[in-house]
Amino acid sequence: MSVAEKNIVLHVADVHKHFGGLHALSDIDLEVEEGKTHAIIGPNGAGKSTLLNVIIGKLAPSKGAVVFDGQILTGKKPHEINQMGVVRVFQTPEIFPDLSVLQNVMTPAFAKRDGAYRANIWKPLEAETEIREEAEAILEDVGLHERRDVHAGALSRGDKRRMELAMCLIQHPRLLLLDEPTAGMSRHDTNTTIDLLKKIKARGMTKVIIEHDMHVVFSLADHISVLAGGRIIAEGAPNEVRGNPKVQEAYLGGAHDLGAHSK
Amino acid sequence: MLQFFNVPRRDLLTFLAFSAVVLAMPLWLSPLGAAYPGLMQKFAIYAIFALGFNILFGLTGYLSFGHAAFVGVGSYTAVWSFKLLTMDVLPAMVFAVVVAGGFSLVIGYLSLRRSGIYFSILTLAFAQMCYSLAYSVLTPITNGETSLQLTLRDPRIIDTALAPRGEGLPSASILGHVFSGVEGFYFCAVMLIVGFFISQKIFSSPFGMMLRAIKSNQVRMNYTGFNTRPYALTAFVISGMYAGLAGALLAVTDPLAGAERMQWTASGEVVLMTILGGVGTLIGPVIGAWLIKYFENIFSAFNEQVLHRVFDWVPDGLEDIVVLITSKFVGEGWHLTLGLLFVLIVVFLPGGVMEGVRRIAGLFGRRGKPSSGAAMRVQPAE
Repeated sequence: MSVAEKNIVLHVADVHKHFGGLHALSDIDLEVEEGKTHAIIGPNGAGKSTLLNVIIGKLAPSKGAVVFDGQILTGKKPHEINQMGVVRVFQTPEIFPDLSVLQNVMTPAFAKRDGAYRANIWKPLEAETEIREEAEAILEDVGLHERRDVHAGALSRGDKRRMELAMCLIQHPRLLLLDEPTAGMSRHDTNTTIDLLKKIKARGMTKVIIEHDMHVVFSLADHISVLAGGRIIAEGAPNEVRGNPKVQEAYLGGAHDLGAHSK
Repeated sequence: MLQFFNVPRRDLLTFLAFSAVVLAMPLWLSPLGAAYPGLMQKFAIYAIFALGFNILFGLTGYLSFGHAAFVGVGSYTAVWSFKLLTMDVLPAMVFAVVVAGGFSLVIGYLSLRRSGIYFSILTLAFAQMCYSLAYSVLTPITNGETSLQLTLRDPRIIDTALAPRGEGLPSASILGHVFSGVEGFYFCAVMLIVGFFISQKIFSSPFGMMLRAIKSNQVRMNYTGFNTRPYALTAFVISGMYAGLAGALLAVTDPLAGAERMQWTASGEVVLMTILGGVGTLIGPVIGAWLIKYFENIFSAFNEQVLHRVFDWVPDGLEDIVVLITSKFVGEGWHLTLGLLFVLIVVFLPGGVMEGVRRIAGLFGRRGKPSSGAAMRVQPAE
């Protein structure tokens, strides 16, 4: 397998980020291959969220750049980044609590089809059958089809997460960013979420998962980068990373939940 | 363009029922003692204002405290169209809507750079600026505190070219037909029905869903790939145009435009109407407008004599006290009553009259099983 065959979608090139004297990130270099699931793990305070915010363009790196598909993401607005095909799942589900589940999933489909702005008042929502059918199919996939007419604000946290995933999937993202997709979930919800992510993985979607809980990522990731103290201390396939003494030390020395489900 | 008339069946029924209620106003208002043209025109005009305001406040979630400015702009534009061009109402309305739309584009563009309370304050500030411009600075255009009125020396280029000047001040007309009696009301009623139809289209369109989504979670909207600011600006301009139309119709029914129309109390009134009727519901704001204008008419007409007659049955000594107290709440003091009414609604029925209607319907529909607050908000559009 030669290097030329690899198709790099996202390149985090030599990124540093400091807040005043605090070095939150140093020397981060990551390459995410098309169709792969790349996990970034690390104990609390390792700089995972900062890295995610740098990738999504919310924070400007002090040095270095984030390149997606040949374009620098830094400084772009959230909707521009989404329109490029980079879609984000939030740590606490960000949904439209006042809309129905079906409408929640239909809305992103309009952004995909019509772009960032279109004042479409001529055609009633009920006549948008294509988008409706697509949304219903995806709701079927995530197991929320029966609840499609429910007020989204009334869903359980786990269901909200699944619905948010459906909202992201309907856009057929080129890169899906997941920020701690199982944070604060019960074991049951965690397991259904992992199953769902495995299903998505089978479709060959490129994903970056930021995760605190190592068990979630070992079953999902093709490639793992371990972050500690703002640096990447280990990188490789799940098996290589698991046996790495530096990783053991970072987890056991810092936090102590190697092997335990968080919360 | 045919798609414009593509309306779901349920919406069509709502529309027909609404039109029937509006056109039959002279019938059902007469037992209530309110079936005279001047008041019914007000019902129609303020309903248009509230309908438009609801698209911004109810759907998009931006609370403007300055929409009366656009009503004023609409009135001034319409009166100038009467003075300079013709007494025909069609050009007056078109100009009023366009100019009010232009004003709202500028004010909306600047105000929408902020959200929440800062947005409200910005709109209030702009409206007060418009008010003082109209009241003093721009006196040559607005005629200051004496109000802009028709005069015998107005050029009225188009009218004078078509026919010789008549005696006295002319009245508003449409295609040569001068409004008389209840016709003015029917004209406003038709405009209200048109306004309702457009509002209904927006409510049931993808665009309307985007506006609701902005109100629900703007951050999610941005990360979903929508540029939310032009959406909010479109809603702002649409509501400004409705306000401009309302202003033009005020000038049609009484060809005069004064700065007091732009004052913050007038902006506050439309907020009250919308909340009273039911924020974000299609019909609520119309009901709110009708209730406020109706009660304003009733209560402000009361005076001590009327009160003495009402409280005739109360023992003599007590009667004077009762009349003294209640007299503070009527006539000039009717705003006290309005304030009380508003407090009661916000505390006990935050969803306005429409929530009350739904609660009652819920009691009859599923006896013993009141619908939850969440379920009530699922279908705001009715």
